[in-house]
Amino acid sequence: MHQKTEYQPVFTGDQRRKLDEILTRYPNKQAALLPALWMVQDTHGWISQAAMAEVAEVLDLTAAHVEGVATFYTMFHKHPVGEHFIQVCTTSPCNVCGAEDVVAAFLQHTGCDELGATSPDGKFTVLEVECLGACGFATPVLIDDDFIDGVTPDMVPELVARYR
Amino acid sequence: MGYPHEPHPKETVLLSKYFGEQQTRTYDGWVERGGYKTLKMALSMDRQHIIDEVKESGLRGRGGAGFPAGVKWNFMPKERSGPHYLCCNADESEPGTFKDREIMRWTPHALIEGCAITQYAIQAEVCYIYIRGEFTEAIGIMERALAEAYDHGVLGQNAMGSGHQIDMFVHRGAGAYICGEETALMNSIEGKRGNPRIKPPFPATRGLFGMPTTINNVETLAAVPHIIERGSSWYKALSLSNPKSTGTKLFSVCGQVQKPGNYEVVMGFPLKELIYDLCGGMHRGRTLKACIPGGSSVPILNRDEAEACLLDYEGAQQVGTMLGSGGVIVFDDSADMVYQIMQLTHFYAHESCAQCTQCREGTAWITRILRRILAGEGESGDLGLLLELSEHLTGRTICPLADSCAAPVVSGINKFRDEFEAYIKGAKPATAAAV
Ligand SMILES: Cc1cc2nc3c(=O)[nH]c(=O)nc-3n(C[C@H](O)[C@H](O)[C@H](O)COP(=O)(O)O)c2cc1C
Ligand code: SF4
Ligand code: FES
Repeated sequence: MHQKTEYQPVFTGDQRRKLDEILTRYPNKQAALLPALWMVQDTHGWISQAAMAEVAEVLDLTAAHVEGVATFYTMFHKHPVGEHFIQVCTTSPCNVCGAEDVVAAFLQHTGCDELGATSPDGKFTVLEVECLGACGFATPVLIDDDFIDGVTPDMVPELVARYR
Repeated sequence: MGYPHEPHPKETVLLSKYFGEQQTRTYDGWVERGGYKTLKMALSMDRQHIIDEVKESGLRGRGGAGFPAGVKWNFMPKERSGPHYLCCNADESEPGTFKDREIMRWTPHALIEGCAITQYAIQAEVCYIYIRGEFTEAIGIMERALAEAYDHGVLGQNAMGSGHQIDMFVHRGAGAYICGEETALMNSIEGKRGNPRIKPPFPATRGLFGMPTTINNVETLAAVPHIIERGSSWYKALSLSNPKSTGTKLFSVCGQVQKPGNYEVVMGFPLKELIYDLCGGMHRGRTLKACIPGGSSVPILNRDEAEACLLDYEGAQQVGTMLGSGGVIVFDDSADMVYQIMQLTHFYAHESCAQCTQCREGTAWITRILRRILAGEGESGDLGLLLELSEHLTGRTICPLADSCAAPVVSGINKFRDEFEAYIKGAKPATAAAV
């Protein structure tokens, strides 16, 4: 899936203006690092070395600092992922309510061989994640930015079809 | 699933009164319900009077530690030599806890109002609402509500025409439980890795960007307007058991019960009634086996302890646990406690920020040993080893995440020792999960 195309900078035009507006919220540039990394991921789907260099440049940081931060936070993808990223909570409270069956159903219906792998059609990546803060509505699932409560294995085929 | 559930007659709905009502999300809907009147009033009050009212009300932090909010605010310097900050902790990542999410989803303006009153009281022009990255819906709702509040002049350079600056921004996290710890949260806002800082200095002295900072949980801040509106004596009277635990509290109930969800009751409410009456009890044919009443970081209770527990800070302590964040996790007799405890230690191992050796190594070792026991390869000394490792995790690290990992292990071994021993002896217990 790695395409050797030239890196497209994120912070030009409207995106640059948006970042400038964000910068007004903080007393220094470094504080805009998480927002800037989110903008990169929203644009490119993941955060490459080239993107980290761009962020470092616009925020006057070292590339090492940006990489150190980007790698600390699990939601930032340091590698390309499927077109749709599926996160299923399997922490204890959801686990006792059957979360592992939901994971199995997602793997089966997306065609992903294993957790973290991308399906052969490039459409999906499925991951088990820690508590999503919706434990009473087991099993919560995050598909891209869509938060879906109360997912059961029999809902999975329809959900996968909706995103395919 | 989700809201709305009809309030149970035993609930006392204050924070959750409008849960499930779409209109409360809008500025107009909030104002129609009397919203922002208290802020307007507060902005003409003496700051110290607001702090004293909150102190007098007995409101304690709802984020886990239960520290009195008014006392914390009083630590802020009264003389200003630079900006002050308020951080609203909406990182809500403690397994079992999902109340702040509902406050933000249904009543975003209630939180804005609480933050604004607090900002005025502690002289903080800027508040950052730090929301965990996964809460995409809550982030969108809060951002829209903030934009509306700015449009209507509630926030900004001249908040509600008072001449005071009150600015408020959402800061989105990116997946790290540890960023709920207050100093890690500040580092995260500053664009750093979310490593907790060594205290002292405490945030009120040197916090965000090195300036005096107060950090409070969403639920704590959302309670503030009620106290200012109706007075500390009224709030203080909301107490069923111990006078040091006042007000209402949202309990998020999850796990193996009929009706999981958020329930708001007065402090001191019996856990037994919460589980059996409000949540409809166990699933058919099942009985209560264990309960973690304050989010995954507090000791596990067995059935007798759970049925005797009163839900306030002292009541929880009396049965050997803590009220924590109020995330109530329920296990019935089909639950494999060894497996569930391993799931919890796995959580802490995954979420350790890895600064302290004991925590980085200890949480991982404990998880590995539990996995080995579950695989039927446990050894006779394993329980002693687990307890010893837990000892090393307790009270020796920069932040209490390591202690949190030890809590379910130690209490689990003490209370469900036979299940561990059954695995070690090679006879899988009846509840064994397929590993
Ligand atoms: C590992 C760890 C995680 C925490 N996570 C949260 C959290 O998600 N939300 C929260 O409000 N407090 C959390 N806390 C507690 C905060 O450090 C802090 O005490 C709290 O936000 C203070 O607000 P309060 O006084 O209103 O409760 C956590 C603490 C630790 C040690
Ligand atoms: S106890 Fe664990 S999470 Fe806390 S600072 Fe140390 S390594 Fe980080
Ligand atoms: S344990 Fe699954 S959302 Fe909290």
